[in-house]
Parts: sequence; structure tokens; C-alpha cells
Amino acid sequence: MKLTGAQIVIEILCEQGVDTVFGYPGGTVLNIYDELYKSSGRIKHYITCHEQGAAHAADGYARSTGKTGVVFATSGPGATNLVTGLATAYLDSTPVVAITGNVACPPIGRDSFQEVDICGVTMPITKHNYIVKDVTRLAHVVREAFRIARRGRPGPVLIDIPKDVQVAECEFEPAAAPVAKEEKEVDSTSLKKAVKLIKDAKKPFIYFGGGVVISDASKELIRFAEKIGAPMGSSMMGLSAVPNKHPLFLGMTGMHGRFAASKVLSESDLIIAVGTRFSDRATGNKLQFSKNRRVLHIDIDPAEIGKNIPVYVSLVGDVKQALNLLLASDIKHTAQSWHDEGEAIKNMPDSHLTMDMSRLNPQAVIEAVRKRTADDTVVATDVGQHQMWAAQYYHFGNPRTFVTSGGLGTMGFGMGAAIGACVGTGKRTVLFTSDGSFHMNMNELATAVTNNLPLVVILLDNNALGMVRQWQTMFFDNRYSHTTLSRQTNYAKLAEAFGAAGLCLTDKKDIDAILDKAFEVDGPVLVHVKIDSDEMVLPMIPPGGTINDIITKN
Amino acid sequence: MEKEKKDRFLLSMLVNNEAGVLTRISGLFARRGFNIASLSVGETENPDISRMTIMATGDDYFKEQVVLQLEKLQDVRIVELMDMDDTVMRELLLVKVRVDDQTSRSQILEAVSIFRAKVIDLTPVSLTVEITGETVKLSAFIEYLAPYGISELCRTGVTAIGRGNNILSKKYNKEEN
Ligand SMILES: Cc1ncc(C[n+]2csc(CCOP(=O)(O)OP(=O)(O)O)c2C)c(N)n1
Repeated sequence: MKLTGAQIVIEILCEQGVDTVFGYPGGTVLNIYDELYKSSGRIKHYITCHEQGAAHAADGYARSTGKTGVVFATSGPGATNLVTGLATAYLDSTPVVAITGNVACPPIGRDSFQEVDICGVTMPITKHNYIVKDVTRLAHVVREAFRIARRGRPGPVLIDIPKDVQVAECEFEPAAAPVAKEEKEVDSTSLKKAVKLIKDAKKPFIYFGGGVVISDASKELIRFAEKIGAPMGSSMMGLSAVPNKHPLFLGMTGMHGRFAASKVLSESDLIIAVGTRFSDRATGNKLQFSKNRRVLHIDIDPAEIGKNIPVYVSLVGDVKQALNLLLASDIKHTAQSWHDEGEAIKNMPDSHLTMDMSRLNPQAVIEAVRKRTADDTVVATDVGQHQMWAAQYYHFGNPRTFVTSGGLGTMGFGMGAAIGACVGTGKRTVLFTSDGSFHMNMNELATAVTNNLPLVVILLDNNALGMVRQWQTMFFDNRYSHTTLSRQTNYAKLAEAFGAAGLCLTDKKDIDAILDKAFEVDGPVLVHVKIDSDEMVLPMIPPGGTINDIITKN
Repeated sequence: MEKEKKDRFLLSMLVNNEAGVLTRISGLFARRGFNIASLSVGETENPDISRMTIMATGDDYFKEQVVLQLEKLQDVRIVELMDMDDTVMRELLLVKVRVDDQTSRSQILEAVSIFRAKVIDLTPVSLTVEITGETVKLSAFIEYLAPYGISELCRTGVTAIGRGNNILSKKYNKEEN
């Protein structure tokens, strides 16, 4: 069967099981968009307001569903607008395939209109990328791109397709849908060492990250923790992998983690690190982190072993498989004394910090939102204090329900990501944002309205770039250089102008009434919550610090 | 300088012979703060595959990281940290020396024969020599010629091959994409 390059792209998307694409058209992707038009019964395309929003949407879609997100953009500015979205997906290991058009092959290299070497630009922020100059290679490349995006540690892959390649024809052989991903087996000698290491430990602590979510290994992780009787803490990216209410789960560790989680970790003699890369935000002082204790590192990416933290034993492979192997071993439950020690720390006052409840505060709002959501409701965030509060006070139930930019910390991620998650799950989705981040990509509210998405945007307005302000308070003697925003935006009216519902919450006694209203809206709604500029994210272990440096009050 | 010599290491790689591969590899070094001392690359007996030899400096942590990060690149088929004792290394040097008097000319020609180098171009005022060998030998030759006045020189960077049964492509076990 002879097909054009553009047709081949659509055929392979269908073959890969893709039924949803986010994107923005333009001159050099017209042919692909024309085929999309003809295939509208098979693939639904969502046009965003900006390519950045489309890239974040593909990312949010992938994080919340476990499928691969797909985004289209035109050449030049369309392609460069994807950059932040791709970098965000790269740092959080999300499978995304980006397809960009480019000018035809003959004028490439002549600085033609809207010509950008997007492969050169995105090389350091994609797992791999291609420019396809020969239509006979296209089918192979697109299939391979999907495989690379998913295999091993997932990540974004970009395919740049010059216009003439989209038009050119060649023979196309349909292929069967790809089978489930096959991963390398965990090495058996390492497994033996790992088992011995765990057996030798008296105080094991499980520290897990986003790899557990990506590998769908929550059940295995919980069973493993119960088998050996180890307390657990997570990085921010790992948060949703274990239900907050699980008795062995102490919460997030690290800079803004819970006191109990960081404290119990610091008392452990073995850290069993599962699907995590020891980011500096999560470990604090790296020397102290691994001092006086051994580290067993389980991760699919061999390059992460020993990169940030010296490791005693490592298991390289799919986290789920590795945990199953450990579950099958004869490791015993640890002694009751370690459990008791953990319980004692859990009951210490510092483990139960709450905000000032005499005023409208983020904790009260987030907890009230949680009362109205289900365990499978996806919660997206932007970046800043509100993100940390969401991580601290929104008690997650199911895996894949926390969609947040951890590695890159991308303000403006939230709107697009929430839209992607809402489309992907088909369910009501919540976005926690703040005045700074919201102003970055609020345009995507229009996308939510166009598609009548059930999106609840909770805007925690502190009239500041709160997270930066907090650092200025703590480390720069209250010199608030350019962090007081003083925006005069009327958020509720703005939402209405976009065609969404808008509500305003200024008094703590109205929390329930206003949120009830918000959760009844059919379609997007924004709740503008006015909070104090000096509200802090606590506790805080200052950068490079340890549990002994933890700050628990202003 | 001593430490630098001690920290020298040599990587051999088989990579896809495709546009942009060199950029991916050199970009990775730059991005992660790894320094390249020399790099040489050329097509192999299989035109789809190039072989690349990189000489770099760094401690054990660094060496291990370089290899692991390079292995993650899709276009890299195999990377090996070469065991210097089990590897034959060569580099090619072309050097042009100013010579306007007979004495220097004959002294240089004598060195050329001792170093087993070869004169490849001769003019009344210059002499161009080709020499291959290990990096140290080339450096010694350059040092010898320096007082006569080197007008230009270029070196290819080290290329290396394992001894005997130590064959890189045989170790190539990365799954075919
Ligand atoms: C794109 C981008 N620019 C700048 C920053 C640096 N930064 C980190 S947090 C923050 C403040 C965020 O303010 P806001 O969105 O209002 O959230 P808040 O901290 O007030 O909850 C800034 C500017 C960033 N993370 N991302």
C-alpha cells in the first residue's frame, strides 16, 4: 500500500494505540493536520492556546494515564515553544512523542522562513530525537520513537519531519500493535547481595520515588514494606505511589518533607531506595544522607547508580520485577523495637505541624478540597509554595494522581498538565496554582472552556512569588526584591471572561460553601482564594542541611 | 600534570554512522562537565557503523559516569573503557619546521630517521614530517623540533585497538534498534 509521509504518521499513531493528540498547526505541518482531519474518527486532537500548553498537556496526559503523550507543532516558533515542555518531561521521565514539521529538505540550512534546527535545540532535553529526510525511513523512526519513549527509563522523543517528506509517498507495511515493554532481567548475584544486605539490617527504611509510579509497582512496594516491616518515605515524585493513610508510610522526606519521614530516615541503618535518583531537594546534605548507613539502590537506569549517592548494592532493572524478586526471598520482618522507634517519632509534636487555623490558610483549603475528591482524582500543581502545600496536605490515595513538575520545577506547567490529565482520565481534575504561575499559562483556561473540561482551579493567591519570598525572608533579611506581585487581576471575572465559572474565597467560614459550589460546576471553574503573603512552607530543611537543621516555625 | 597523566583514560566506541552523532557525544561531554583531550572517528568495515576513540581525563567516579551516560545514547552501540596495557595506541602527527640552514636540516633529518618518521614535503625553507606512534613519542618529537621553530603542526588524536582477541564488535551486545 502506497502512503504519503503524513498518512504514515497517522497510521502509526493508530497502530501504537494513540487516540489523543495535543498540538497547534502551522505551515509545515499542514499535511499532517490534513490527514488528522480525514482521520478525526480515530484520533482526537486538542488545540491549545500555545504549544507550551500542548506539550504540558501531553505530559500530564502521560503521567495520569501511563500512556504515551503525543504533541504536534509546526516548525520554528511552534517547535521552540515546545522546549520547556520537553525539558519538564525529560527531567521527570515522562514518555512523550513530539512531532514537528520543518521546512522542506532542499531549503534546510538556508535560514528559510520558520526554519529552526529543533533537533539541535532539543538534543540535551530529549531521550533521543530525529530529523527524517527520507520517507522510506519514516515508519521505522516513528515506531522506534514510541519504543524509546517508553523503554527503560521513559522520556520524551522528538521527530522532526520536513514538509516534502510528509508529501512524498512510499510503500507502507502495517504492523501489529507493540507488545508490552520488555525490560532487562535483574542480575541474580546482585539480588543475593541485596537480600543479604536487607537481612543484615536492623533498621531498614524504604525511600521511594517516581519510578514506583512509572513502573506501576505500588502494590509490590506496599507488600514488600509489610513483609520486612520497614517504614517508608518518598520523594515528591513518589508521593502518590502509596496511600497517605498506610500505617508504614511517613510521608515525603527532604526539604519540605514531614519531620517524621526525615527523622526516621536519619535513624535508619539501611536505605532501600526504590525508583529514585536522589535529587538534592530530596536528600539535603548528601554526605550526611548516606553516612552511618548503607544504601541499596533499585532503579532501571544504570547511570543513576552511584551518581548522587554512594551505593552499597544495586539492583538495576524494572522496579516492579525487582520488588517481586525480593518478595519471593526469605527476608524476615524486622524487630518490633524499630517499629516502636518509628511510632515514637511519629507521635512527636514536630510530626504534626499545622498552619494557623485562625485565618484562611492553604492547609484548610487543601484539606477541604480533599474531602470533595475521590482517590482517583488527579491533582496537578504549578510550582512554588502551593505545590509544596499540596504535597504536604493533600492526602493522596491512588498512584498517578499527583501531576507536578519535580525535576525542572516549571511554573506554568499546571494548566496544560491538568488539561492533559482531565482529557486522559475523563474525570474531574483539580489544579492548585498561585498568582505567579497562573499568570504564566492562564491562556489555557480557554482550552478547558472550549472542551468543557471538568477542571477545578484553586488559585492560592498570596500576592507574591511566595516560594521566592520565603527564601528572601529566611536568607535575605526580608529584602523582597521583585516578588510582591500587586497584580490587579480580578481572577473570578477573568475566569468568566474566558467562559469558565469564577468564585472568590476570602473568609475561612466560607470554605465549605464556596467549594461545594465549585465542585457542582459542570465545566471549568476557578476559585480565587486570598491567603496571607507571609504564609510559609514548613518544615524546611535548608539546602545542604540535615534533619538537625530542620526549621519548624517562623 | 602528573595527576593528569594518571587520570587519563581511553574510550573506544562503536556508534551509528549518522548525522549528528558527533554532536550528541561531544554535547554530552560538555553538558556533564567532562573534558575531551582528543577524539578521533572514522567509518568501520561496516559503513553503518563508525568507531570513535576518545582520550579524556577524570577520576574513577567520572570514568564510570561517562561510560554509563554514553551507553544511554541511542546511537552508541558499545562503549569500552580500554585497558591501556592490553591496547595498541597510535596517533598521527604532521609537523612543519622552518629550516633555512644546512646544519639544522641535517640534524632534523637525523632525528627523522631515529624517530622513524617520514619527510613528506620539502621546500628550500621548510620541511614537513609525518610521524605515527604513541602520544608520548609524538610529544618527544615535538619537543625535539621546537628549538628549530615549528611553523605549524596537527595531530589526529589517539586511535586505539585492543590486542589479540580483545575485539570490540564481539562485545557488542546492546539490543539492535
Ligand atoms: C518558569 C519558572 N520561572 C521561575 C521560577 C523560579 N520560581 C520558583 S517558585 C517561584 C514562585 C512561584 O510563585 P507562585 O506561582 O505565585 O507560587 P507561590 O510560591 O506563591 O505559591 C519562582 C519564581 C520557576 N520555578 N519557573
